[in-house]
Amino acid sequence: MMADIAATAGMMPGLTTADGRPLKTALAEAQAKARRRAFLLVAPLLLFIVFTFVLPIGQMLQRSVYHDGFSSAAPNLVAWFGANPRGTEPDEAAFAALAADLKQMKADKTAGAAGTRVNYTLSESRSLFTSSARGADKLEPPFKEALIALDDKWAAPAVWEAMRSAATPWTADFYVIATDFERADDGSLQKVPENQQIYLYLFGKTFVLSGVITFLCLLLAFPVAHLLATLPMRYSNLLMILVLLPFWTSLLVRTTSWIVLLQGQGVLNNVLVSLGILGDDGRLEMMYNQTGTIIVMTHILLPFMILPLYSVMRTIPPSYARAARSLGATSWTTFRRIYLPQTLPGIGAGALLVFILAVGYYITPALVGGASGQLISNMIDFHMDKSNWSLAAALSAMLLVGVLILYWLYDRLIGIDNLKLG
Amino acid sequence: MALPVYASPLERVWHLTYKVICVAIFVFLISPILIVMPLSFNAEPYFTFTEKMLTFDPEGYSLRWYDTLLTMGMSAPDGPRDASWWEQAWAQSTWIKAAKNSVIIGFWATILATALGTLAALGLARAEMPYKRLIMAILISPMIVPIIIIATGLFFFYSNPCSPVNGILGLVDVSLQCGRLTSTYIGVIMAHATLGIPFVIITVTATLSGFDQSLIRASASLGASPSRTFFKVILPLILPGVVSGGLFAFVTSFDEVVAVLFIAGPEQQTIPRQMWNGIREAISPAILSVATILVIISILLLATVELLRRRSERLRGVSPA
Repeated sequence: MMADIAATAGMMPGLTTADGRPLKTALAEAQAKARRRAFLLVAPLLLFIVFTFVLPIGQMLQRSVYHDGFSSAAPNLVAWFGANPRGTEPDEAAFAALAADLKQMKADKTAGAAGTRVNYTLSESRSLFTSSARGADKLEPPFKEALIALDDKWAAPAVWEAMRSAATPWTADFYVIATDFERADDGSLQKVPENQQIYLYLFGKTFVLSGVITFLCLLLAFPVAHLLATLPMRYSNLLMILVLLPFWTSLLVRTTSWIVLLQGQGVLNNVLVSLGILGDDGRLEMMYNQTGTIIVMTHILLPFMILPLYSVMRTIPPSYARAARSLGATSWTTFRRIYLPQTLPGIGAGALLVFILAVGYYITPALVGGASGQLISNMIDFHMDKSNWSLAAALSAMLLVGVLILYWLYDRLIGIDNLKLG
Repeated sequence: MALPVYASPLERVWHLTYKVICVAIFVFLISPILIVMPLSFNAEPYFTFTEKMLTFDPEGYSLRWYDTLLTMGMSAPDGPRDASWWEQAWAQSTWIKAAKNSVIIGFWATILATALGTLAALGLARAEMPYKRLIMAILISPMIVPIIIIATGLFFFYSNPCSPVNGILGLVDVSLQCGRLTSTYIGVIMAHATLGIPFVIITVTATLSGFDQSLIRASASLGASPSRTFFKVILPLILPGVVSGGLFAFVTSFDEVVAVLFIAGPEQQTIPRQMWNGIREAISPAILSVATILVIISILLLATVELLRRRSERLRGVSPA
């Protein structure tokens, strides 16, 4: 309506408001004011979210490409690398710079941090730095011979290549590690040996397990949602409580309950043993492994599948199915050709939501996953725990990109304003 | 859903199977929640039904695990249960302390999330709102982004909240240091408010979709100020949505453990944090008694939200069947 008025005002330039201003400008001002007012209502929350959410994550992402552990502790070497191009054989000046930096590292106790940074590019470098820094005070010129006498690794070109790479704080090395690559002696990238490729495998496993969980949720949610959608309201409202109660119950409570139910000496195993179905030594291992993660996560995410499916199924008129039957379709054909296609929006919404939530899951795999049921979130936590912060940040960034793509897809296909709770 | 009269025998069999499957799924949904209740009254330190429990022998049942909740962490748990004992329990018990923390943090996080979220939802409901889709996407994203990423980000950020300023002013050599937000109540409250905000936005926006915007103009034409319009016209009508959004935010905070693990100190231990400890380290049936209490709380919350939803539907003229 506003646009119509604006168009009309544009066609008739003679129109003015009561105080003599052209109608077009007056309207534009009024609309700008309305926009400002609307924005002002959102502004406080936006500021808050920027402070507690956008900035922290942005800062963490910066950490994935920035690590000044070496570059800040070794100014002399940084200067030498700056003055000499890649491939220069380290000369006496380079070793003198190294000796000076090692002495300073010993005084500042920064050898560990510097070594850690180089260690990301070339493994086993950390000990080289810490042990050499301990002996740094005794170093005399000529430094090249002295340092190589201290540790012959200093003669290796790979060490110098790694230090050159660490001499700038901005680096892509953490993404190199997080995608299972390593630097060869000449600085080129190569895949790490098959048995050490953990990160991409874990990403793959996380996505596969999330897919399995999403599929199981769909399988379990479909009949329940259908039942709820077709029962008379007073029954379905009652049964709905059975769906909503798990949704409202603490995640830790649900995880605890599953441990109680499924562990080796748990309720289910005890029942099966006392019924004679299982022998006492044949107890099922359903907890602290991948099976545990799948069962518990399916249970926890099931309501997120049932609710969108239900809200779509409720709007499907039963007359379509009846029409199909009256035209001679079998009940299977009716389901496949008439009912199922109409539920697709609900299936899409539920499946995407469950998948997005599953990919980033942390608590449940950490508590019931054991060794085989860990997901990528747990790996991020592991590296945070070990203070490999930049590597944790790089893994987080990769996970974040994956989740944001799915989120964008969700917004395109379903629209976030269609997200409903309970 | 009754079967039509023309159903074939095969369809009848399938219909019965379908019902059995549905019952089984409902059992899967609800049994883990119910199983903890009887087990929390176990007289033995086991996580399974003892023989005495199965024969309903009163000796098989006891309240000892509920008692542990009071006595754990007390310096003198064995004294007579007089007023001073209860006072001591109130001040010293680990679980009571955790409960207090959970309530304090949950309360303030809810207030913060609900106030800011409701205001923002009002702005987002206006037709003139610029960049609506993008802003909505940003405000909902704390629900979508994996919690471990948020917690990791906050862990770094809270150790020096001024650091982004240093980054922005990187050209000038400043390194501002300001107080840490890690191990503070304010830090945890802000983190939990952030996690609760998407729920408030979603529920209040849903309520506002049925709200007649011309009422605002009517109120203004009658001379009411914007704030009066809000408190006298808008708020009473969207209150059910605001309250259920607030309850969602509270439950989110009340159940949150990862952010607490990363940014809270020993003073801010909450109930989920204690449960986390209990499950990971010394698993004891005391966990089950906490779980039972939490299940009862969630039943009460669910009932409240359901009542509010029906009231809201009535107000909007959607009749619940």
